[in-house]
Amino acid sequence: MEKKYCVGIDIGSTASKAVILDGGKTVDSFTLPTGWNGRETAQAIYEKLKEKGFAASMRCVATGYGRVCVDYADKVVTEITCHGKGAWDLFEKNVTIIDVGGQDTKVIKVAEGKVLDFLMNDKCAAGTGKFLEVMATRLGASLEEMYQLAKEGEALSISAMCTVFAESEVISHIGKGEKREDIAAGVIDSVAYRVAGLASRFGINGDAALTGGLCGSPYFIRVLSEKLGQPVQTHAFARYAGALGAALTAEEMS
Amino acid sequence: MELRKNLPEIFEDFAEGRRNAFLNVKKIKDQNKPVIGIFCTYFPQELAVAMNAAVVSLCATSDETIPAAEADLPKNLCPLIKSSYGFGKTDKCPFFYFSDLVVGETTCDGKKKMYEYMADFKPVHIMELPNCPTEMGVEMYKREIIRMKEKLEKVFGVTITEDDIRRGIRVKNAERTALKNLYSIMKADPAPISGTDLMNTLVATTFNFEREKIPAQMEALIEKIQAEAKNTEKKPRILITGCPMGGATMKVVEAVEESGAVVVGFENCSGAKSMEENVDESNPDVYDALARKYVNIGCSCMTPNDNRIKLLNSMIDEYNVDGVVDMELQACHTYAVETLRIKRFINEEKKIPYMNLETDYSQADVGQLKTRIAAFIEML
Repeated sequence: MEKKYCVGIDIGSTASKAVILDGGKTVDSFTLPTGWNGRETAQAIYEKLKEKGFAASMRCVATGYGRVCVDYADKVVTEITCHGKGAWDLFEKNVTIIDVGGQDTKVIKVAEGKVLDFLMNDKCAAGTGKFLEVMATRLGASLEEMYQLAKEGEALSISAMCTVFAESEVISHIGKGEKREDIAAGVIDSVAYRVAGLASRFGINGDAALTGGLCGSPYFIRVLSEKLGQPVQTHAFARYAGALGAALTAEEMS
Repeated sequence: MELRKNLPEIFEDFAEGRRNAFLNVKKIKDQNKPVIGIFCTYFPQELAVAMNAAVVSLCATSDETIPAAEADLPKNLCPLIKSSYGFGKTDKCPFFYFSDLVVGETTCDGKKKMYEYMADFKPVHIMELPNCPTEMGVEMYKREIIRMKEKLEKVFGVTITEDDIRRGIRVKNAERTALKNLYSIMKADPAPISGTDLMNTLVATTFNFEREKIPAQMEALIEKIQAEAKNTEKKPRILITGCPMGGATMKVVEAVEESGAVVVGFENCSGAKSMEENVDESNPDVYDALARKYVNIGCSCMTPNDNRIKLLNSMIDEYNVDGVVDMELQACHTYAVETLRIKRFINEEKKIPYMNLETDYSQADVGQLKTRIAAFIEML
């Protein structure tokens, strides 16, 4: 029997995203925190899909670092391929995607909807969402609050590469009574610096486009553009790029 | 993948070969046969065959002894050097333990400085390798080969004649041809066996102390593979290049093959790099013949390293390669620097995808490696 819905599930290290397509159109999307158990998250997503009436007739593709936890998926594809496909759909042109994820940062060159080449940062939290999370906790703010604070601040220098050492730098800034806004701006600045370094090393092909959780921070996008020396585009739906790419893969399977 | 199940007993033989090698090396010692421990494919094994000595490779591939090595060596050093040194220092490796003489070739800076400390607990002979594969390099290495021969004669109280060396050349040429015949079966599409099985077999044969028997064994293996290999499916074909492989770094080969591709060739020194070319048997000067073969090995410690490009070029065509994976061990500067040249050559001249991975002997990066390799294969 032909399945009605094409569902893409992206189990990231921090957030899990789902996108539901019906006849090529996005009809629904939602995000859940990944928590500590990928399998439970995958189950929670399934319950939600059932509740919303999609589960009965769906073809499902899973991606993201927890992709193997989605035991009801019809296919498993890496997040790199999915981000490429999703970004092609969102931006409708050849772009170089910068995806700042919870545990790694990827730079992906996309042409004609296909991944040409990609680079991932090596086993280190510097320049990833995890770095931001640690620093936000230290500042007693949520990620959203930290982005807001950063907008008002004058970036302080945070020079350490390592998250653990950078955290002690933040602590010493706090100890000196520096403004939270300035520290927050320093944190964002430091991530943008690492990410821009990775992207420049790899080379930007066409326009640069940001996907992943950091799309929600206009301040980050501004700083990243400055450091890259070229505008960075994003899209309101860009944090769903991986899940969208997975859903599009599900559609191709029909 | 099915094939691996079809050929269990024969491959078991080869995996067991390595386990048995520990017992064999003891047997060899009981027969008063000298054992020479080496680190690199630049050592002309023909000299060992000429004096009926056994050769064992001491390049270690496990992270077990790295903490012990780090007591003496810097942390930020290639895992192969640390692991090998650690096995020697802790006496955990029977091959090292039974080696009467260890030969260290001056390939990379890390190794050559490590040998200085190794000499504290083991007799070490240093073979000085030229930096450039030129006529001058050949001349210099020829002198080093003669010095090596004289050292062996002195240490073991033997005489190595040119005729002995000629016999060594014939034995080693036959062995290299046999191993080349084995890995050449991967030219077939679909490939008849997995790259994992191929590499494990190649590694295991280095622990075979009866080199003369290798050709017949390989012939039997090839026959068996061709008789049993049927109905394998076509898969994306990957060539692996870069640092030496085996043991812990088999995680890279496994990740490639678990992602639905097949490794059809190994250009690195555990594979074709040291075996493609034979020693010229018609050259009247045996030392010159040996020097020419060995200086031509396309290792990144040579500059310029055109021989690596040459071999990659022919392997990509002959094996119908869809993508190249370049594996670097952490802190291997020469291979790391060379990645750019290799990437340019593969992308621009061969026009196929290329990826390079930096890894070590730990299993900590297996998850990330799998994602990167799977994405690369999805790209093909």
